[in-house]
Amino acid sequence: MAVIAGTDSTGRKIRWTLLDIVVVVYALVPVLWILSLSFKTPETLNDGNFIPRAWTLENYRLIFQTPEFVRALANSIGIALIATAIAVVLGTMAAYAIARLDFPGKRVLVGVSLLIAMFPQVALVSPLFEIERSLGLFNTWPGLILPYITFSLPLAIYTLSAFFREIPWELEKAAKMDGATPGQAFRRVIAPLAAPGVFTTAILVFIFCWNDFLFAISLTSTEASRTVPAALSFFTGASQFEDPTGTISAAAVVITIPIIVFVLFFQRRIVAGLTSGAVKG
Amino acid sequence: MAEIVLDKVTKRYPDGALAVSEVDIEIADGEFIILVGPSGCGKSTTLNMIAGLEDITSGELRIGGKRMNEQAPKDRDIAMVFQSYALYPHMTVRENMAFPLRLAKVDNATVEKKVTEAAKILDLTQHLDRKPSNLSGGQRQRVAMGRAIVRNPKAFLMDEPLSNLDAKLRVQMRTSVSRLQKQLGTTTIYVTHDQTEAMTLGDRVVVMRGGVVQQVGAPQALYDHPANLFVAGFIGSPSMNFVPGTIENDTLRTVLGDVPLTGRIAGLLAKANAPREVIMGVRPEHFEDAHLLDEPTRDRGVVFEGQVDVLESMGADKYAYFSLHGEQAASEELAELAADAGSAEVTASGIELVTRLSAASSVAEGATAKIWFDNDKVQVFDPSDGRNLTYAGR
Ligand SMILES: Nc1ncnc2c1ncn2[C@@H]1O[C@H](COP(=O)(O)OP(=O)(O)OP(=O)(O)O)[C@@H](O)[C@H]1O
Ligand SMILES: [Mg+2]
Repeated sequence: MAVIAGTDSTGRKIRWTLLDIVVVVYALVPVLWILSLSFKTPETLNDGNFIPRAWTLENYRLIFQTPEFVRALANSIGIALIATAIAVVLGTMAAYAIARLDFPGKRVLVGVSLLIAMFPQVALVSPLFEIERSLGLFNTWPGLILPYITFSLPLAIYTLSAFFREIPWELEKAAKMDGATPGQAFRRVIAPLAAPGVFTTAILVFIFCWNDFLFAISLTSTEASRTVPAALSFFTGASQFEDPTGTISAAAVVITIPIIVFVLFFQRRIVAGLTSGAVKG
Repeated sequence: MAEIVLDKVTKRYPDGALAVSEVDIEIADGEFIILVGPSGCGKSTTLNMIAGLEDITSGELRIGGKRMNEQAPKDRDIAMVFQSYALYPHMTVRENMAFPLRLAKVDNATVEKKVTEAAKILDLTQHLDRKPSNLSGGQRQRVAMGRAIVRNPKAFLMDEPLSNLDAKLRVQMRTSVSRLQKQLGTTTIYVTHDQTEAMTLGDRVVVMRGGVVQQVGAPQALYDHPANLFVAGFIGSPSMNFVPGTIENDTLRTVLGDVPLTGRIAGLLAKANAPREVIMGVRPEHFEDAHLLDEPTRDRGVVFEGQVDVLESMGADKYAYFSLHGEQAASEELAELAADAGSAEVTASGIELVTRLSAASSVAEGATAKIWFDNDKVQVFDPSDGRNLTYAGR
């Protein structure tokens, strides 16, 4: 028996390992390719070698000497952080209400927020463009932050309300009995327990804002508010005969770093099973 | 410390369900009172209204003479122990117990002192720095108690605090809850659906059914003088036996034979305007093996013969079970009790009888036995409304 079970599980292990390798390679090859390109010199750019023959940091030096890129990086960071913060705060409050309260129009609210998430954003670009121009929001930070909040809120509300539903209702009653105001109960009991949800949501929303290209390209016109994905598309070589591939790759690598940092920073806080031990039965 | 008064307190949930109906209870300062009843009878709802976790639809709640209906839970100065314990999982035991004090902005030294004290009483000292998820059920239960006692509230409310524990631990914790309450002398309202807890813990017991208080009284009083069929069947384990009967002159005709009514019972029945068709109730311990009794005693009561179905010897006494031919006593209350006990489906045709005989009895399983019962100990109920026709404490 034991032998059979043993071979069976090694077989399974091998199958899973192979499958995992395939998935990881499939996902990582393009990323590694970009990384490799970013270290190549313009001459070896098209030699088709995965490992660069001649290593250079020139591409990185170049992009950080390009004021458009540095400015776009600042825009991206600022806009994504502000939009994430606002969306997460609003989303937390909305999700809490949806998970905990019964109020008239609850279903409608949930339905409408789903609708917003489903609506093709391309269809909204022209109206948004017109609206923002007449309101003076076009080509400003708020001009991007507002649509980002709008489109990430449904996501935030959905993720967060799932987390809130996991938190035993009784904890809040207990806090009330212990003398907490509703605000204190939320801050000191519910919020700490919902933290994994809040961080997960923050990561998702940040990635959404950070990667957005559609709004970034349509609702900006100068470097005053242009974010990196949009700025990248305006990259040209030093002269019109030069291929900008190397610098674009370097820029792509650079803008991936904040996301990785952001995810790693918050991931440590996403501990599963935070509510275990609260209630039994 | 304060007395708690419920004055015609009623709760109707938004969906229209009437969970608690005109409950009147006066709880004295320092009293240990038990709310008991089958599932869904409104015990938790009543407790939550006292706590302030549920609004009171109508009626008044007074604590220490002051109307509390509109006060938030935190302004009522009441602590609650939840069935699920509801410990804060992200805090250590120490932080859990200190939480009410921190909210009350008590200074650090006092917090430390009170938590240490409570931990000592509850034997939690060595667990103070652990998280609830690493504790056993009994330890969690004690942390929940600790969180309640640290701040000397006016009253404790406990909603089935022991029901998540296994049987042995439950008995152990039952004693410690009782001792703790005596030690602190704090008014306590304790909800349970376990009639043993109700009998052993409280100064007084409130029996509820369908949101209505059936009877309030000391455990022994409820046991000896139940106001109606429901209380009679609910209190006591094994529960009271019920047999249909017909009153003819001064005898009660039942499948157990003709029961001559004693003067006391006949008087009570006459005063209560008893109908002809009634239900007779006899507690298991009022039966005895007829062979063990001397003649005068035997003649005082009623003797019947039956075949012993099952015999359980408990050492100190024997439980003999009989199933007799005849119609079961039928009433709404009995049906509800049966449903609550989960025996609604297994109702065999005929009457199930449980008798407690002394250990000296020589009855044997399967054999016919002569069983005697005391005709002055029978209770007579009206099947139509369940009231106890022999209830003297009216
Ligand atoms: N939030 C609610 N909305 C509507 N009806 C409710 C609500 N909570 C409880 N009820 C109803 O009120 C009645 C009393 O419920 P309650 O929780 O007080 O019962 P209980 O005596 O505590 O029962 P248990 O022993 O099962 O805990 C039940 O019939 C229940 O269905
Ligand atoms: Mg309950």
